[in-house]
Amino acid sequence: MKKLCIVVANDTLENAMMSLIIASTAAAMGVETHIFYTFWGLNLLKKGGLEKAKLGKMSLFTGMMKSRMKAKNIPGPEELLKAAVATGNVHLHACSTTAELMNIKKEDMIPEVEDVIGAATFLELAKDGQIIFLT
Amino acid sequence: MSEEIRVDRVLDTSGLSCPMPVVKTAKEISQVPVGGILKVIATDPGSLSDIPAWAKSQGHEVVKVEKESGRFVFYVKRTK
Repeated sequence: MKKLCIVVANDTLENAMMSLIIASTAAAMGVETHIFYTFWGLNLLKKGGLEKAKLGKMSLFTGMMKSRMKAKNIPGPEELLKAAVATGNVHLHACSTTAELMNIKKEDMIPEVEDVIGAATFLELAKDGQIIFLT
Repeated sequence: MSEEIRVDRVLDTSGLSCPMPVVKTAKEISQVPVGGILKVIATDPGSLSDIPAWAKSQGHEVVKVEKESGRFVFYVKRTK
């Protein structure tokens, strides 16, 4: 695999973690990786968004899950994102239509976001790669 | 008779879980000269297959794996 593209369409803790774990591992294996955050997924890129992410299933137990992760030394989404971007091979993209629709500006997003792009730009980036959808 | 492996660099990922051992190993290997050995210590059970899978994908060679109680030691040779 030369290139991996992950579409994150929901703002659950599971999606945040799955996308970033796969992305940072792919990057470590020399795969150019792009993550495209669209619809509710864009909430994850808002400042403080990763911290607020809740479980999609049994969201009331988010706190419990987080303390369990801490006890087992499993990195949380904030740490995973930093590690992913630090590889230099993971690129974070925000969906421009969603940003417009939800009135989220580039300055409302975490600085790790590379750009705000449309579907055509994403497909052009993804054309010779694998695409994974997380919904 | 035991064979001595000359280690150029040591990376301890004890206590870290997936994906951190692989991510850190990938970063650390660039600090080792080509032909040199990076010794990686891990406690994550997944690393037992992950470190060799990563090495294979990158063309590096795992020359030796030591399994102790809850602890794995990999000797990775940088090939390029």
